[in-house]
Amino acid sequence: MKEVRIAPIKSGTVIDHIKPGKALKVLDLLGIDGDERMALSLAMYAQSSKAGSKDLVKIEDKELKVDEVNRLAILTPNATISIIRDFQVVRKFNVAPPEMLEGIVKCENINCITNQNEPVRSRLIMTKKDPIVYKCHYCGRLQSDIEKNII
Amino acid sequence: MIKGKDIVAINDLSLDEIELILSRARDMVPIARSEKKSRLLDGRIMASFFFEPSTRTRLSFETAMQRLGGSVITVTGQEGTSMIKGETLADTVRMAECFSDIIVLRHPREGAARLAAGFSKIPVINGGDGAGQHPTQTLLDLYTIKEEFADVSKLHVTIAGDLKYGRTTHSLSIALSRMGASLSFVAPPTIQMPDHVLDEISNMGTDCELSSDLAGCIPRTDVLYMTRIQKERFPDVEEYIKVAGAFRLDPETLEKAKKSMIVMHPLPRVDEIHPDVDRMVHARYFQQAFNGVPVRMALLSLILGGDI
Repeated sequence: MKEVRIAPIKSGTVIDHIKPGKALKVLDLLGIDGDERMALSLAMYAQSSKAGSKDLVKIEDKELKVDEVNRLAILTPNATISIIRDFQVVRKFNVAPPEMLEGIVKCENINCITNQNEPVRSRLIMTKKDPIVYKCHYCGRLQSDIEKNII
Repeated sequence: MIKGKDIVAINDLSLDEIELILSRARDMVPIARSEKKSRLLDGRIMASFFFEPSTRTRLSFETAMQRLGGSVITVTGQEGTSMIKGETLADTVRMAECFSDIIVLRHPREGAARLAAGFSKIPVINGGDGAGQHPTQTLLDLYTIKEEFADVSKLHVTIAGDLKYGRTTHSLSIALSRMGASLSFVAPPTIQMPDHVLDEISNMGTDCELSSDLAGCIPRTDVLYMTRIQKERFPDVEEYIKVAGAFRLDPETLEKAKKSMIVMHPLPRVDEIHPDVDRMVHARYFQQAFNGVPVRMALLSLILGGDI
């Protein structure tokens, strides 16, 4: 494993300690697909003193909001978010799983009405925090594999 | 407090609201038996959408509405509706609200009633959604139990049969847990009670056991709730064959039952209760079927508003 260096950004958001290999999915979950023309840097399987290896994303000139990044907890619960202004970290926080996931993860019950051609977004509600358990608002099914069903 | 409310799951009702419905149902019995007449829901229309086969639920809802002077518009099956043309359920309920005051919906997909309630401006009652919930069956089950036993919290209820796909058992287990009853779930392992129901029950601290030994559970049981193995919900017919006929209740199985124990069944039955049981002191399933009418009368009258 090689040490990877990415230049500091002047302003924007750094998403650090992403589970190795999940950086592309993180961008997908944030709805970033390149069309936004935002400058970003990405490292995968970078050396980490804490976890051995990690992924890292730096997004320039865009401060992501707590609601936007909390959904990352379903993919990489240990990720940290740093908001950068003028090369200084002005705010740092851990992602926290949202109480509700709407339109982000489909219900794993294939017979759930939300998996039919109906004009609704999936809606999963957190019912337990430790371990985290989500339940479909519509059919009541407890979800066993959230990551697998990310839309 | 129930006026205008959607009834999608039994948890949509507080225990006080459940008591109110059951109490109102007792008052409805003479009207349900045609000993008294009522025009309580005169001029009100119930849209009855049954996209899955039903005998008792549909007929008892329609009877309940008509006994109270209301009328009914009915659709059974998707044939003959615009759903066959690809219309969504969301659009179907928004159309129905133009023509009626309340919607009763049975649908093969879990969550259908919750979705319908989200789109409809008029109240929606869940008449059964796939293998999901069937709250009005639970209300009539509770009514049947409370007609026999004053204190549900002292009861041990054994629920047997198809607990995976049997939606009536899901709603009933949750309601009985809320009321403090202890429970035994008797089923072959492949069709035991789903985790989401067990999870909800365990969160309430309910004393419950999983078993596959029906005869062994009977001696301590106060209420035995039998269900049919639901062939139509098995994705694989081989899996059905493995569990078909797993339990058969006959007079011999009931020899060690308490004299006060009652046997219930949401019906239809196939072969899980021998016809000889019908004549035993324990049998309550036909009374249970009748109870669907006064209970649904009570519910309709409370949701649509109005006194007897």
